[in-house]
Amino acid sequence: MDPQAAKYIGAGIACIGMGGAGVGVGTIFGYYLAAALRNPSAAQGQFGNLIFGFAVTEALGIFSLLIALLLMFT
Amino acid sequence: MAADPIHQFQITKLFTVGHIGGQEIAFTNSSLFMVIVVGIIGTLLIGMTASRSLVPGRLQSMAELSYEFVATTIRSTAGTEGMRFFPLVFSIFMFVLVANMIGLIPYAFTVTSHIIITVSLALLVFLTVIVYGFWKNGLHFLKSFVPSGIPIYILPFVVFIEVFSFFVQPVSHSVRLFANMLAGHITLKVFAGFVVLLGAAGWLGWLGAVLPLGMTVALTALELLVAFLQAYVFAILTCIYLSRAIHPGH
Repeated sequence: MDPQAAKYIGAGIACIGMGGAGVGVGTIFGYYLAAALRNPSAAQGQFGNLIFGFAVTEALGIFSLLIALLLMFT
Repeated sequence: MAADPIHQFQITKLFTVGHIGGQEIAFTNSSLFMVIVVGIIGTLLIGMTASRSLVPGRLQSMAELSYEFVATTIRSTAGTEGMRFFPLVFSIFMFVLVANMIGLIPYAFTVTSHIIITVSLALLVFLTVIVYGFWKNGLHFLKSFVPSGIPIYILPFVVFIEVFSFFVQPVSHSVRLFANMLAGHITLKVFAGFVVLLGAAGWLGWLGAVLPLGMTVALTALELLVAFLQAYVFAILTCIYLSRAIHPGH
């Protein structure tokens, strides 16, 4: 196989990992919303935690994107 | 013909400042937009707080709002001792926020869509954490990599993960902002390219072009949200990383 083609296929496969991060981010925001609707007065205090959890979860998706970008451009 | 969606990230040289070694130091369109961003922040904040009144007017309350917003974020994540880093966090937040917002204007250059800019900001925070952590706590700073209350047989593994995640911090910190800006702007330009392609296809195309045009407007609204959210995430992660240097015990 042409090495360039193999790189592009690998980049595409690496992007599958971002799906997992999508599930994780959706779970975080979903549970935050569910909890905020149960107790709206406590929701504002947990916003920082929400963003932190979102950032940490998204970092894992970013790593797979990073692999894809490295495969594409190096 | 569809415009190249990557073309907007092209760096062009405006004029040459000088040479260091064999390397040319040029003033590029990226530098120009960084100067514009700093100019906007400076003029707005100085202008807003020029007439300090006890009951703030519309402009002054905007400046106070942005101060309080960042100050609350620092206090809730890094404690009151974190307020000594307020100038750093506020500068980073305002720079990233205004750079993201300016980038949404058509034909403007997005400074934060280049990884060299975001890596510089992330490394600035990373090195500040290391230098301040060792300067304030000495070798006690290393205790932040050893969580308390962990059984001894999994402790080496946990320490390894802590050290690894510490060194990966600047990578995820910078790539998050860069990737969000890059992907958002490419998506916008691809949908805008559909409008041009359909518009060239005759009157039926003009009718069809309404759909991608509406999509572009909706995406711009989404990008506005992303631009603010990413600046906020960048600032709050800066605070969380700094809190490790301020309170290494936990």
